[in-house]
Amino acid sequence: MLRIRNLEVAYGRRLALRRVSLHVDQGEIVSLIGANGAGKTTLLRTVAGLVRPAGGQVLFRGRDTAGLATERVVALGCSLVPEGRQVFATMPVLENLLLGATVQYRRGRRAEVEADLARAYRLFPRLEQRAGQLAGTLSGGEQQMLAMARALMARPALVMLDEPSMGLAPLVVKDLFAAIRTVRAEGATVLLVEQNARAALRLADRGYVLETGRVVLEGSARALLDNRDVQRAYLGGEPSAAREGERP
Amino acid sequence: MSDASAQAAVCWQPEIERMDREALEQLQLERLEATLTRVYRTLPFYRQRLDAAGVDPDAVRSVEDLRRVPFTTKEDLRASYPYGLFAVPLRDVVRLHASSGTTGLATVVGYTRNDLRHWGSAVARVLVAGGVTREDVVQVAFHYGLFTGGFGLHQGAELVGASVIPMSSGHSRQQLRIMQDYRTTALACTPSYAMHLADELLEAGVPRGALSLRLGLFGGEPWSEGLRRQLEEKLQISATDNYGLSEVLGPGVAGECGEKRGLHLAEDHLLAELVDPVSGAPARPGAVGELVLTTLTKEAFPLLRYRTGDLTTLTTERCACGRTLARMGRVLGRTDDLLIVKGVKVYPSQIEAVLVALEGADPHYQIVLTRRASMDEATVLVEVSEAIFFDEMRRQSGLRETIARRLAEELGVHVAVRLVERKSLDRGDGKAARVVDRRGA
Ligand SMILES: Nc1ncnc2c1ncn2[C@@H]1O[C@H](COP(=O)(O)OP(=O)(O)O)[C@@H](O)[C@H]1O
Ligand SMILES: [Mg+2]
Ligand SMILES: [Zn+2]
Repeated sequence: MLRIRNLEVAYGRRLALRRVSLHVDQGEIVSLIGANGAGKTTLLRTVAGLVRPAGGQVLFRGRDTAGLATERVVALGCSLVPEGRQVFATMPVLENLLLGATVQYRRGRRAEVEADLARAYRLFPRLEQRAGQLAGTLSGGEQQMLAMARALMARPALVMLDEPSMGLAPLVVKDLFAAIRTVRAEGATVLLVEQNARAALRLADRGYVLETGRVVLEGSARALLDNRDVQRAYLGGEPSAAREGERP
Repeated sequence: MSDASAQAAVCWQPEIERMDREALEQLQLERLEATLTRVYRTLPFYRQRLDAAGVDPDAVRSVEDLRRVPFTTKEDLRASYPYGLFAVPLRDVVRLHASSGTTGLATVVGYTRNDLRHWGSAVARVLVAGGVTREDVVQVAFHYGLFTGGFGLHQGAELVGASVIPMSSGHSRQQLRIMQDYRTTALACTPSYAMHLADELLEAGVPRGALSLRLGLFGGEPWSEGLRRQLEEKLQISATDNYGLSEVLGPGVAGECGEKRGLHLAEDHLLAELVDPVSGAPARPGAVGELVLTTLTKEAFPLLRYRTGDLTTLTTERCACGRTLARMGRVLGRTDDLLIVKGVKVYPSQIEAVLVALEGADPHYQIVLTRRASMDEATVLVEVSEAIFFDEMRRQSGLRETIARRLAEELGVHVAVRLVERKSLDRGDGKAARVVDRRGA
């Protein structure tokens, strides 16, 4: 689905990504974890066509998307749910959702849009209840749901989410992650950037750990959860010495 | 091709073992880059090596670029005894093994929990490729201990779900009794120990029908197609070869499938190269070379371009079993055995074969290397029986000439031959020093 080789991204002279290679296969949930400033957002924005890479290759469904306009990338089937849930605060929820369906409208597929809207409401029933409400009046969790639902309106094959759990209460995060699971079950592939490494790795099949623009670790989600460096740096420490053997 | 191979063989991890090569190459690149980044950050040894060679790890962007990274040798590992090349703190290590090493210091290798899990699945692949299923009763007759053989095969067989008998090596009569009583169906050990057991079986007068054995999973030392035929016949089994070395993983590095035409490498955990043992340059396609391995998933004991010292071939040609993983050939010898006499490559085993074939010559011999005018010369010292030595001077010189002639025919180069008294060659602790190098003298 997505294959990245030796991706290099610079902001001015400063390299944000040095040499990143990663892939996401059809139907997978892959999690990208790392500290602030590691380059996670940069990577997603590059795939989405918002940042031009200085080097390397981004192949989405076999096509080199480096330098393509964002609309083209979306039309190819890759949608980004950006960091900080950027919804149009002064527009109603429904309008926000329909904006996500631009690709479908352009193709003249209005019937599909109706079906997609129904699907979005099934996934997040609260959005239907608040369809006429201005997006700016939604709670943080609801705004994140809206941002995700809006991205799904484009019927993406690959959904990229940038820190969807940021600033949300644990219960809301649980709902949101359940929705990601459903989206995958319905056929989409997911690339999930998170600082909440534990929750992300429990959801994901595989993961990559990014540090200062480089991948330092990769592997199955289980292997990463068991990696002591990951535990120390991202999971709030290793289990106490005496209880090591008890972990499932 | 057999009917069985027309349909894809059973794999333990089909998603890896039958992965398309392009996806595998992507996986290898990702893992190589992460390994380089980690190793460079955590291990001063590699940092200094790479810096001295002027290699920026960030500049390695393909598997081919890896060729610029310096080799790591057995000497490097010895120099860092015991924990100098561990990339994680000791408290993250859950298992320690050591390579035997007939000379010098041993090499200690550590495994994290993830390393053990990867190792287990790599061995499980080899066992399943060799025909083992959860129905089998596997007798592990590799030594259990610091050596990786026993525990390596054990955890793989357990993972497959077979019934595992942790016999360890030795106590042949007991091995045979348990083999009968427990209805062992698969024997895992070195080929030479399997041969010993087969001989004991004959000696003990146990009818082959008293055994349930059907598979032999042999490895840990070089053996031959001839020995395979003998073992398969004597034990009435299907025997497969598997390869590994503790520095890199232990058993599970590579193993034969039912085709028995090469050993599939665990290419998701290792990057394999074949180099000319003398120049270090990539071996010509199809040529024999030294296997060089880089680990891709090891947490505790990663290795960059480790010179295994094992001579073999390598092919990525599609195997009839359906696996896409590259295959190495049988190990043909060791680089540390490789002699170059007057520009001609000579293996001590070739000399031994000539001596064994000649009546009157004892296979106790020693090769002495000397250097004259920057050319290497070899003299073969051969022990002969006392009778020949003292009484029949004429016959003796005839024997010497015969040996020299046959060696020249076999090796394609003349080597001097001297006959010496029986037991005059130092056997040390049972192993004769086969090669004495006086080139530096
Ligand atoms: N637009 C930008 N201009 C300049 N520097 C940037 C810009 N965006 C990000 N960076 C820098 O690039 C690095 C990677 O940032 P980012 O991709 O946002 O990391 P993450 O999402 O992992 O926190 C950071 O050091 C950040 O300061
Ligand atoms: Mg970010
Ligand atoms: Zn095969």
